[in-house]
Amino acid sequence: MIAFLLAQTIAITGGTVYPVSGPKIDNATVVIQGGRITAVGTNVAIPAGATRIDATGKWVTPGLIDGAGNMGLREISAVQNTNEGTLRGNEVAAAFNVAEGINPASTLIPVTRIEGVTSTLSVPGGDLIWGQAVLIDLDGATIEAMVAKSPVAMVADLSEGSKGAGGSSRAGAAQRLRRVFSDALEYSRRGATYQRAQNEQLAAGAADLEALLPVLRGQLPLMVVANRRSDIETALRIAREYKLRLILVGAAEGWEIADKIAAAGVPVLVQPMDNIPGYDALGIRYENAGLLAKAGVKVSLMETQTENSRNLRQQAGNAVAYGMTWEQALRAVTLAPAEAFGVATQYGSLEPGKVANVVVWTGDPFEFSTGVEHVFIRGKEIVLRSRQTELMERYKTLPPKY
Amino acid sequence: MMKKRRSRSNGGGQWMLAAFSAAVFAVGCASARAAQAPTASPAPTQATSPARGQDTATSVDRPQYPSTYQRHPNPPVVIKNATIMTATGQEIQGGSILFAGGRIVSVGATVNAPADAVVVDGTGKWVTPGVIDTHSHLGVYAAPSTQAESDGNEATNPVTAEVWAEHSVWPQDPQIPLAIAGGVTTIEVLPGSANLIGGRSAILKLVPARSVQEMKFPGAHYGLKMACGENPKRVYQSRGPSTRMGNMAGYRGAFIQAEQYRRRWDKWNKDHSGDAPQRDLKLESLAEVLRGNIFVQNHCYRADEMVQMLDLAHEFGFKIRSFHHAVEAYKIADILAREGTAVSVWADWWGFKEEAMDGIHENAALVQQAGGRPVIHSDDASGIQRLNQEAAKAMYYGRRSGIQVTRDQALRWFTANPAWVLGLDSIVGTLEPGKMADVVVWSADPLSVYARAMQVYNDGWLVYDRNDPAHQPKTDFSIGRQP
Repeated sequence: MIAFLLAQTIAITGGTVYPVSGPKIDNATVVIQGGRITAVGTNVAIPAGATRIDATGKWVTPGLIDGAGNMGLREISAVQNTNEGTLRGNEVAAAFNVAEGINPASTLIPVTRIEGVTSTLSVPGGDLIWGQAVLIDLDGATIEAMVAKSPVAMVADLSEGSKGAGGSSRAGAAQRLRRVFSDALEYSRRGATYQRAQNEQLAAGAADLEALLPVLRGQLPLMVVANRRSDIETALRIAREYKLRLILVGAAEGWEIADKIAAAGVPVLVQPMDNIPGYDALGIRYENAGLLAKAGVKVSLMETQTENSRNLRQQAGNAVAYGMTWEQALRAVTLAPAEAFGVATQYGSLEPGKVANVVVWTGDPFEFSTGVEHVFIRGKEIVLRSRQTELMERYKTLPPKY
Repeated sequence: MMKKRRSRSNGGGQWMLAAFSAAVFAVGCASARAAQAPTASPAPTQATSPARGQDTATSVDRPQYPSTYQRHPNPPVVIKNATIMTATGQEIQGGSILFAGGRIVSVGATVNAPADAVVVDGTGKWVTPGVIDTHSHLGVYAAPSTQAESDGNEATNPVTAEVWAEHSVWPQDPQIPLAIAGGVTTIEVLPGSANLIGGRSAILKLVPARSVQEMKFPGAHYGLKMACGENPKRVYQSRGPSTRMGNMAGYRGAFIQAEQYRRRWDKWNKDHSGDAPQRDLKLESLAEVLRGNIFVQNHCYRADEMVQMLDLAHEFGFKIRSFHHAVEAYKIADILAREGTAVSVWADWWGFKEEAMDGIHENAALVQQAGGRPVIHSDDASGIQRLNQEAAKAMYYGRRSGIQVTRDQALRWFTANPAWVLGLDSIVGTLEPGKMADVVVWSADPLSVYARAMQVYNDGWLVYDRNDPAHQPKTDFSIGRQP
């Protein structure tokens, strides 16, 4: 249930509107009422009493969605006490939902939203199964007021990072994941009478097995971190075996098997500016996002460093420089993640009925020369202020006034 | 203004080339002894001393890991009809640039190219000086980032002025070609920031090479890496320093030793009385800082700590050439400008540690506005590939906050200003006749997110061509592995 605090009526007029769900519309109006978009187009009646935003010469897009990071869960990565996203001591943390760890007062939230990112996935960290990711809007005084969907997906790891949970072996990690899934199904079939534990330890605690059932019933997507081509293929294989709704994360060598990923219909989250080779993915390259998109893969882009979530648009610009079309890249930071996360009826495009997360830019959102003019989250105009803008104001003339 | 510059470069280009080449050649020639050895040695003049024959000569008299860099032979190149950003205040539309023998010959609306020059059509392209990074760990923290290749921090003692980054640099680091493809032609490789004093830097031409000696920039001054704040006190928590005051005491103790060492060697070099003092590599580096031959490159985030370090420099009579990271430089931009200390900063890194919480987008722009010398640096194998983008980001954020920053200034943030930080601004960093032919051809305005380096010339050598696999060098690490 998405909460709306304000029932303000706003008309953004005269801008070039990129609805994403359809072609751009010149000199169009976007009307927001009660937190939702009510009209988009050139022949739109502006409701009486609407606050008018003149967007002449500006570009209007949906708010950007970053499908990665730990927004609200991580204030300062190097300060352990300010990190909430990892459940230590449980390598199969399926029941771990991060929502109650989110700090609505995090300084990262204003820093990020004033750059046009209006929603982020808050993703747990961990070992084999990390837990449940939630989608949040970057405004709200309470967790309830921020959460757009919880859970969005179960998150698991089949990359180099999961080897510890697999006895130092990729094969071990994959086999352990299968055993957890099989035990969860068995647990589900036998319920409270399940006695297998008398002979053999269950692969995970009851709560974690229980939490996996929506995944195994195809109701909740499984996000799998995999970068090496063979790890991506393992993820696809396991998804086939258990009939899972898979989302690939990272997929650095995905370009090598782009057709296979496209044929499986699996959405992929990619960080386009990654190209440093490691043994997890020696084939990593800038062109990955473009090659995947060209093959027909449903590509979303991400910025995984929480404090740099605002650089999602730079990721998108670079994806374009290295092969995505501009339209594909815009979709990859708006509607594509909304579709992957199962919220496309509410998010990701400028269409009547959708949540009014809207950004007015001075130009192409991916260009450095472009600034943010207005940000609306759930129909509320965000003041373009953060701790950083206040530091700038304090020190722009020296000595500062304390 | 543009016309004036053009006529100068056309009219005086050849003369300037000749004059400047001679100067550079002298430095290059002397690199084994005069430039490389003296910076390494405590006694710049001892090589000519008649008092010491072969039998008394010590290691300090011999070459100290000299540069064996040699310019790669290549034909003259003329790039025509491009937008040329010189980093000297002009942006020439439809301009041309000619370079030959590793030197820029002329830059202007038209140039007189010799018949054997390779002609590059620059239509729709931009041309800038080669990108220079003052803060890199390429080669010392090589990909694929295994422990086996982690050679950047000699984290065994808070003061390791005796280590030289060049002795860790692996020329086959696969990150090097990626940086070249980002237009980078010169880098300073620094030891990491675990230590108060981490060791000497290596100033390298970013070219394919078998050894680091083949990359060493002839005649370049060494840098000395120093680090403030959280890192040293975290790494040495149990043995000390464990506090910022402990950090300060550590630097002071080291330089007090160096003062005495310097005096002993200076005296001995003068009178050669008795046996030579014993060499101490740690104090040798620090004594060279005191003599002004090694430039201090100081990792320091917070404004108040930078002010402490300036006081340290005053106490011991040396200059801090550049603060690095300096996320709070904007708070003391006036002081930094007055001190003549540059700042090597990111466009927007912040928030990853406590001392980085106050990083703001306008940092470089505010330092520029105060009359300081900002540099956009990377400290990162990924970021080094997009220093042009980071500078663009910093410029546009500054402008949106009402700070006047010109395109030329932003270009200088990753060309001329880093050249100054490395003491190489008379040799590289701008497109002027006589400068080393480090030249990048971009697909679009380099301050656009869509621009890619299409061609990179290092000392006139085409080290990268995006459209020609024959000019896309791979390191040994990368060959035979991937489709």
